[in-house]
Amino acid sequence: MGSRFSWTNVTAVGFGLAFLYLPIVILVIYSFNASRLVGVWGGWSTRWYAELLADRAMLESAGITLRIGLVSATAATLLGTAAAVALVRAGRFRGRLLFSGLVYAPLVMPEVITGLSLLLLFVAVGLDRGFWTIAIAHTTLTMCVVAVIVQSRLVTFDRSLEEAAMDLGCPPMRTFLTVTLPLIWPAVASGWVLAFTLSLDDLVVASFTTGPGATTLPIRIYSEVRLGVKPEINAVCTIFIAVVAAAMVVVSLLSKRRIES
Amino acid sequence: MTDRTTPWSLRLALLVPYLWLAALFLVPFLIVLKISLSQTALAQPPYLPVLDPGGGLAGLKDFLAALSLGSYAILLSDTLYVWSYLKSLEIAALSTVILLVIGYPVAYGMARAPRGLQGVLVVLVILPFFTSFLIRVYAWISILQHDGLLNRALVWVGAIGAPVTWLATDTAVYIGIVYSYFPFMVLPLYAALERQDERLREAAADLGSPPWKTFWLVTVPLSRSGIIAGTLLCFIPIAGEFVIPDLLGSSSTMMIGQTLWTEFFANRDWPVASAVAVVLLCLLVAPIVIFQHHEARQFDDGR
Repeated sequence: MGSRFSWTNVTAVGFGLAFLYLPIVILVIYSFNASRLVGVWGGWSTRWYAELLADRAMLESAGITLRIGLVSATAATLLGTAAAVALVRAGRFRGRLLFSGLVYAPLVMPEVITGLSLLLLFVAVGLDRGFWTIAIAHTTLTMCVVAVIVQSRLVTFDRSLEEAAMDLGCPPMRTFLTVTLPLIWPAVASGWVLAFTLSLDDLVVASFTTGPGATTLPIRIYSEVRLGVKPEINAVCTIFIAVVAAAMVVVSLLSKRRIES
Repeated sequence: MTDRTTPWSLRLALLVPYLWLAALFLVPFLIVLKISLSQTALAQPPYLPVLDPGGGLAGLKDFLAALSLGSYAILLSDTLYVWSYLKSLEIAALSTVILLVIGYPVAYGMARAPRGLQGVLVVLVILPFFTSFLIRVYAWISILQHDGLLNRALVWVGAIGAPVTWLATDTAVYIGIVYSYFPFMVLPLYAALERQDERLREAAADLGSPPWKTFWLVTVPLSRSGIIAGTLLCFIPIAGEFVIPDLLGSSSTMMIGQTLWTEFFANRDWPVASAVAVVLLCLLVAPIVIFQHHEARQFDDGR
C-alpha cells in the first residue's frame, strides 16, 4: 500500500491540508499582532487578549453560549442515542420511513429554513424567546448528528453480546446500560462533542430563535464582523479554536484508551 | 418487530425522539406553510389571520377564507426573488462541481496513503470542521480584503501589478463555500475510495488497461456512493447558505438565504419570508429525499 502513495497523491493531500489550515493559522498569528491594522505586522503582543478580558459583554455572551452548548449537547446525546438505538434495533415498524426522514433531513436542511420554522413554532405556542428556545432549537438539530454517529457504531456492533446477557436473564434496559453502552461509548462521546461544538458555532438558527438577554457569541461576533476585521475578534476566535482543539484531544485520548483496554 | 415482545425501553427509545422531531421539525413546517398563506399586518404576531381555537367551526371557516396566495404572487411578480433562486442554484451547482474536482484527488491520495497515516489524515480533515464555521469565513475576510494577505502575496510575487478587489465578489463567495464545505465532500469520497479492493485495479492493469482508463472505468464508478453522498451533502445546504454570501459577497447578488433573512429581519414580512422558505424547500425536496434514501440504504447494507 505504501508504494501506492505516489508523489501526485502526496501533493494532492498536501495541497488539501494547506488549503484547510492556512487561513486558520493566519488568523491565530494575527491575533498576536500588536498593530490594529490587519495587513500590518507590528510585532508580537497579547494586548487583544487583555482587552478581551475587560470586555464584559463578550464574556457574558461566551458564558451564555457555553451554557446553551452544555444543555443542548447533553439533551441531544440522550435523544440522539435513543433514536439511533430505535433505528437499528426496532426493525421494521409503521412510520419507520418518516422517522428516518426526520433524522436525516435536518442534517442537510438549510439553516435559514429550520431557524425560521422553529421561530414560528415558538411564536405560535407563545414561548418566550431566549436561552431555552435556543437550547431547544440546538437540541433538535444536533440530536440528528448524534443519532447518525451512534447508528454507524451500532450497525457494526456484535449483537451476540447483548443476546448472551439477555439469555442469562438480564433485563433489556440493564443490558443496554451494562453491555451496549460501554461498547458504543466512544461514539456517544464524540457525538456529544460534535453536538457541543455545533451549538457553540451556530449563528443562523440562534439568530432566529434568540430573545432579549440571550446574545450568543456567534451573534455578537457576527455583528462585529459586519463592521470589519478587528484584532479582538481574532483573539476570541483563537480562544475558541483552542477550546475546541482541547476537547478533540480529550475525546481522541478517551476513545484510544477504550480501544486499547 | 414492534409487537408485544418489544421491551418497553425500546418503545420509549423510539417514541421520545420521534415525538420530539415531529413536534420540533415537522410541525414547524406546517406552521411555515400556514403563515406563507397569511397576510402581513401591523400586529403582534405580524400576520393575519390568526387561528382562534375558541372560534369553533365558524372561526375555522373564517380563517380558511382569509388565507391567500398573495405572498406567492409577490415572489412571482418581483424578478428579485426569481433571480435570487436562480443565483443560489447556480452557485450551489458550480461550487459542488468545483468541490468534486478538487476534493476527489485529495480523497484519492488519502485512500492511497499508508494505513497508519490514514487515520491521522482523516482527523486532520475533520478538525477544521470542529472550529467554528463563522470563524473560518471570518478568516477569509482578512485574507481577501483590499490590503489583505492575498493581494500582498500576489503583488510581491509579481502576478499582479496593483491590488485586486476580491472581497464582495462572486469569486470570494465561491472561495468561502469551497473552503467551508471541503470536509463534507472529501470524507464521503474517502470512505468510498478506502473500501475499494486494490486487486480490481491490479486486475485492470494486468489486462493492459492504462492507468487513466482504469481510473475512469474502475475507480470512479466504484466510488459512486461517495460521489452521491458528497454532492448532496454540499449542494443542499449551499443552496440555502446565508453566512458566506453575506460576509464575503456583494449586496448586488443576493442568494436566497439572504433574501429570506432580509425579508424576516429587515422588512419584518413574515408571510413573504415563509413563502420564500416554502419555495426553497420545494426546490430542495427531491435532493433531500434522494439523500435520505441513499443514507438509509448505506446503513441497511452495512448491517
